[in-house]
Amino acid sequence: MNRNRLSSINVAALALGLGFLYLPILLVVVFSFNASKLVTVWGGFSLHWYGVLFSSPAYLEAALHSLQIGAAAATLATLVGTLGALAFTRLGRFPGRQVFAGLMLAPMVLPEVILGVATLLLFVSLDVERGLLTVMLTHATFGAAFVLVIVQAKLVGMDPDLEAAARDLGAGPVKAFLLVTVPALLPALVAGWLLAFTLSLDDVVLASFVNGPGATTLPVRVYSAVRLGVSPEINAISTLLIALVSIFVIAASLLYKRTIVDRH
Amino acid sequence: MTARRLGLLALPLLWTAAFVVVPLLLILKISFAEAQLAQPPYTPLFQDGALAASLTNYSLLLEDTLYLRALGNSLLYAGLATICCLVIGLAIARAVTQAPKGWQPFLLTLIILPFWTSFLIRVYAWIALLKPEGLINAALLSSGVIDQPLVLVNTGFGVVLGMTYSYLPFAILPIYASLAGQSPRLTEAAIDLGSTPIRAFWLVTVPLARPGILAAGLMVFIPMAGEFVIPDLLGGSATIMMGQTLWTEFFSNRDWPLASALAVLLTLLLLVPAMTLQRLELGKASR
Repeated sequence: MNRNRLSSINVAALALGLGFLYLPILLVVVFSFNASKLVTVWGGFSLHWYGVLFSSPAYLEAALHSLQIGAAAATLATLVGTLGALAFTRLGRFPGRQVFAGLMLAPMVLPEVILGVATLLLFVSLDVERGLLTVMLTHATFGAAFVLVIVQAKLVGMDPDLEAAARDLGAGPVKAFLLVTVPALLPALVAGWLLAFTLSLDDVVLASFVNGPGATTLPVRVYSAVRLGVSPEINAISTLLIALVSIFVIAASLLYKRTIVDRH
Repeated sequence: MTARRLGLLALPLLWTAAFVVVPLLLILKISFAEAQLAQPPYTPLFQDGALAASLTNYSLLLEDTLYLRALGNSLLYAGLATICCLVIGLAIARAVTQAPKGWQPFLLTLIILPFWTSFLIRVYAWIALLKPEGLINAALLSSGVIDQPLVLVNTGFGVVLGMTYSYLPFAILPIYASLAGQSPRLTEAAIDLGSTPIRAFWLVTVPLARPGILAAGLMVFIPMAGEFVIPDLLGGSATIMMGQTLWTEFFSNRDWPLASALAVLLTLLLLVPAMTLQRLELGKASR
C-alpha cells in the first residue's frame, strides 16, 4: 500500500516536472503558426511568420555565421580537449598537472561574463579586429573544457592493455593509437564535438562580447530582437531551431544505440 | 617519451595559456588602471617606468551601494533559484530512480532534451507567458480568479523562475547519478525497521546523496550568480545582478577598469565554490 502511494507521488513529480520543462517550449511552437500578430490571441493557422523569416536576409546571414563558427569551434575544441584529456590520463604525474587541469576547466566553471570580458581584453590588447574569428576562438576555448571532461571520462574507463596488446603484436605507437584507441574513443569524440557545436550555436554572452560589426550570430540577433519585445517571427525561428535540434539529438541517440547494439 | 610528452602537452598548454591564463591576468592588470578617454580606454600599468597601480576601482566598488546591491541581488536570486532547483531536482531525480529500469534512460533523455534547445528561446518563452497580456494573466483573467493582471515580469519572481527553469536539467543529472548509485536495500532496511518511506528518504537516501546534491547546487549556483541574460529579459531595474552591472560598465559606461575590478571580485567570490565543484564533479575523471 505504501508502495502504491509512493509511486503516485513519483508519477506526479514526473508529470509536473516534465510539464514545467516542456509547456513553455510547446507554446512557442504552437504560436509560431498563429495568423494573428498578437502573441497571446489565437487567430487561426498560418505560415505567415515563416515567410517573413525566410525573406529576412539578416536572420539567414546570422544563421550562416552561427553554423560556420559552430563547426570550426567544435572541431578545434575537440582537438584541444582530446589532447588535454590524453595528456592528463597518459602522462601520469607531471609538475603543475593539477593547476593546468584547473585552468583548462576554468571556462566551464567560471560564469560566462568573466570569460567574455577576459577574452575581449586579450583581443583588444593584441589589436585583433573582432569578427567571426574571435568568436570562434572564444567558443573553441569554452568547448574544449567540455570535450576534455567527456573524453577523459571515456579514457579513464578504457583498458590500457588494449593498446599494449596492439604494441605487442607489432604495431608502432602511432599505429596502435590510431587503430585501437581512436576507434574506441569515437563515441566520446562525437559526443564532445556535438556538445561543443551546440554550446557554440546557443551562446549569447561570449559572442556579444567578442563579435564585431559584421559577425552577428543567430542568438545575438535573436537576443536584440527579444529585448525589443515578443514577436511572432521569433516564435517561428525558435520553432525551426527546436526542430533542427530535435532531429540532431534523435539522430545522435539512434546512432549511439546502434553502436551499443552492434557491440553486443 | 619526453618528445611524446611534449607533443601531447604542447597544443592544450599553449591554448590554455593564450586564451585562459593571459586573459585572466589582463583583467587583473586592468582592474588596477584608471579609465581614460582614449584607445584603449584605460591607463597603462607602467607610466614613465614607474608602477602606476590604483586601487580606486576596488574602493569604488565597496563604497557605491549600486555595486553592493548588485552583489546582494546576485547572491539572493541565485541562492533562491538554487534551492528551487535542488528541491524540484530531488523530486524528479528520485521519481526517475523509482521508475522501471528500462524506462530510466528514456526519462533522462526527456529531461535533458530541453537543455539542447536554445537557452534564449526557453527564456523568451517565459516572457510570452508572464507578461501582463501574457498567457498566464490571460487565463487567470478570463477564469475570473483575478481582475487585474499580475505583475510577473520585471520582478525578482520572474528572475528566480527563469533561472530555475533554465538550469533545472543541470541539477537533476548529478542528483540522479548519486541516487542511482545507492542500493534500494538501504531504504528497504529502514522501512523494515519501522520507518515511513518519507522518513527513510530524508534520513537515509538524502544524506547518502549529499555529494551529488552539493555538486548540483554548485553547478547551478555559479553560472546563475554571473547570469546576465535572464535578469535582463525577465527582471527589471530592481533586479540588477553582477553580470548585468559588469556588462553595463563595460559597454555603456566604457569604464573598463571598473568592469575588470568587478570581474575580479566576482571571480574571487566564486573561487571557493568553483574549486569545490571542480574537485567534486569535474575532477572525478582527472584523479
